[in-house]
Amino acid sequence: MKLLTHNMLTSKCLKGVNVGYPLGIVAKDIKVLETEFNSEFVLRIIPKLDWDTLWNAADSIGHSGDLPRTLCDDYENDVEFLKKAHHVLLEVEVINGELVCPESGRKFAINKGIPNMLLNEDEL
Amino acid sequence: MDTPSLSHLSVKDYAQIYEPAEDSFLLIDALEQDLIFLQKMKPSVCVEIGSGSGVVITAVAKALGTNSHCIAIDINPVACGVTQRTAQLNHTEVEVVTMDLMSGFHWDNRIDVLIFNPPYVVTPSEEILENKVYGDITRAWAGGERGREVMDRLFPMVPNLLSLYGAFYLVVISENCPDDIKRVMDELGFDMNIVKERKVRGEHLLVLKFVRK
Ligand SMILES: C[S@@+](CC[C@H](N)C(=O)[O-])C[C@H]1O[C@@H](n2cnc3c(N)ncnc32)[C@H](O)[C@@H]1O
Repeated sequence: MKLLTHNMLTSKCLKGVNVGYPLGIVAKDIKVLETEFNSEFVLRIIPKLDWDTLWNAADSIGHSGDLPRTLCDDYENDVEFLKKAHHVLLEVEVINGELVCPESGRKFAINKGIPNMLLNEDEL
Repeated sequence: MDTPSLSHLSVKDYAQIYEPAEDSFLLIDALEQDLIFLQKMKPSVCVEIGSGSGVVITAVAKALGTNSHCIAIDINPVACGVTQRTAQLNHTEVEVVTMDLMSGFHWDNRIDVLIFNPPYVVTPSEEILENKVYGDITRAWAGGERGREVMDRLFPMVPNLLSLYGAFYLVVISENCPDDIKRVMDELGFDMNIVKERKVRGEHLLVLKFVRK
């Protein structure tokens, strides 16, 4: 699970949970793999992100590096910044661990890079 | 669009996951026919629900490359693992999440391309729910009444999922009553058109596409 994907996930489907976002991350295994930098893609995805969630997620697993905590105004022209964003979004992967519902503490396993968000019947 | 290699899969895998068939290939053909539209739209996020072997989302990920983030979802954990392997062996990036439809998805109106080849076969309703085991193969095709029970749960979520210019591709058969689906989606604010259709072995398959009116 890359941090870009983490940005999109919620546990709000749990009975009694309202927002369920952002999910906490317990990372047991992290893999960092270089992937091709596509600045145009990074520029298109940034406006869709919840930046706080991205930064906190990266920080909680020790990979925020020197990624800025908040987006600056003219990031579009800052190639160094876009590369850092690319790295955190697409190159840091949680292979094994857990996602944690912020409201109920319910844990969702991440196995071989795949989070399992399925619920038991009594949780719906 | 190249059809991904599935040479790593065998009969043993197909006992647990959906083996690509005419419906899968018709969907790939439809997406290929729409490829210029898709490339022009520059989708940053593409999601396939019910990826099974991963044949469809891998083809899409290969065609769009690093220009978009492709995500595969399946309720069957075995299918999720296989999808991941299919993407890797075809040298492309697909993120995989095990979930029921889009129930664990937080992002509103940020999916540019949504794809679903659902379980569409007309079966008794119990066949969907009876087999509580998520890995059960019945879920790959059992659609319940009119074959609509799984896809009908997704339709009301589509307005909250798709981005402004996003597109939703759906595989159906004539028994699913495409005219009625058109009416349902019209009420939700979407236009429908048929991208491709094919009659094979007594099944009339259609790939429908929905965009905002
Ligand atoms: C007809 S198969 C399509 C597989 C593949 N996309 C293809 O075209 O060959 C339907 C897939 O949807 C999955 N599925 C069924 N119900 C689902 C649900 N509620 N949420 C997510 N996936 C589901 C099944 O496990 C199966 O892999």
